[in-house]
Amino acid sequence: MNNLYLQLFLTFCKIGAFTFGGGWAMISIIQREIVERHRWIELDEFLDLLAVAQSMPGILAVNISVVVGDRLKGLKGSICAALGTILPSFLMILAIAIFLTPDTIKNNPIVSRIFKGIRPAVVALIIAPVLTTAKAARINWKTVIIPVAVALLIYSKIPVISNPIIYIVLGAIGGYIYYMHDLMNKNRKEADDA
Amino acid sequence: MLDNYLKLIWAYLKIGLFGFGGGYAMLSLIQREVVDSGWITSQMFTDIVAISQMTPGPIGINSATYIGYVVTGSVWGSIVTTLTVVLPPFILTLIASHYIQRHKQSPFIKGAFMGLRPVVVGLIASAAMLLMNSENFGYLNSERIITIAICIASFCIVYFTRVHPILVIILAGITGLLVF
Repeated sequence: MNNLYLQLFLTFCKIGAFTFGGGWAMISIIQREIVERHRWIELDEFLDLLAVAQSMPGILAVNISVVVGDRLKGLKGSICAALGTILPSFLMILAIAIFLTPDTIKNNPIVSRIFKGIRPAVVALIIAPVLTTAKAARINWKTVIIPVAVALLIYSKIPVISNPIIYIVLGAIGGYIYYMHDLMNKNRKEADDA
Repeated sequence: MLDNYLKLIWAYLKIGLFGFGGGYAMLSLIQREVVDSGWITSQMFTDIVAISQMTPGPIGINSATYIGYVVTGSVWGSIVTTLTVVLPPFILTLIASHYIQRHKQSPFIKGAFMGLRPVVVGLIASAAMLLMNSENFGYLNSERIITIAICIASFCIVYFTRVHPILVIILAGITGLLVF
């Protein structure tokens, strides 16, 4: 077990196989394995790497494995770590896809009844994070227009306008412009005060 | 055949490249690419979300693996789609980990994420709204009374208590088995 590549792969395999709920749930477990158990990286460096992983698009758990693998063993390390994260859920879902096909769900009377009960619960599971992310984003009466407009426009199913990518790009550009504008105003005010 | 693979690659490239804000925010992108294109029904999409909640691993990977298999009927479809959703962020993250550390807290990333936060709320809301349909809640009023009750009860459990979402899905499944 001296091979760090293998250890990276196995550690992230373990993380991928035992964490439910993806990115945010995985962070504390990754931290425990990487920082506390293996002592591969110091905590403050881990937090820096985490910030990089979070600022990139894609699946957070994979991005974290990429930065940790890269930090320890470069490109090959990041490939080992990323494959470790992906492999357990890939194999499990593949097995489910082969045996629990959409036709089985529809035609097997027991499975079909179970899923009839599950579907409305899944919708509830998606409504809940709307409220928690709204709180985290400090949405108020002035800014509530943004999520409401985004949700309605995507829901409208109007061609082009209902594409979520538009609002992701607009949000990023708009946020940058607002931030720079705010920064300039602050600087000007400080200059005036002085 | 090849056509299906190319379409899957194009769809999951977009999902990987624009997937900001975590799994739930990605749902609206995935939904647009795979439900609106007619590959799977809204009902199947909900089922995949449920399966992905009950199995470990990120939803972005789970949906890619499942849909890759369903669309092509082959393990290769799963492999190609899963690698596609991972590859662009992999390259970007690798580049970023070499450059961003040096100028941490770049104003572009700070500002961009400030702007993305309220958008993410809207993305998740749209995913939930698009799933509130007859396919998921039943066509008959007698069914809808039960499914809406399950939805409200599940929401209250998830939002107000610390009960794990997997347990909520299992309870809803048992309820479905007993009631329908």
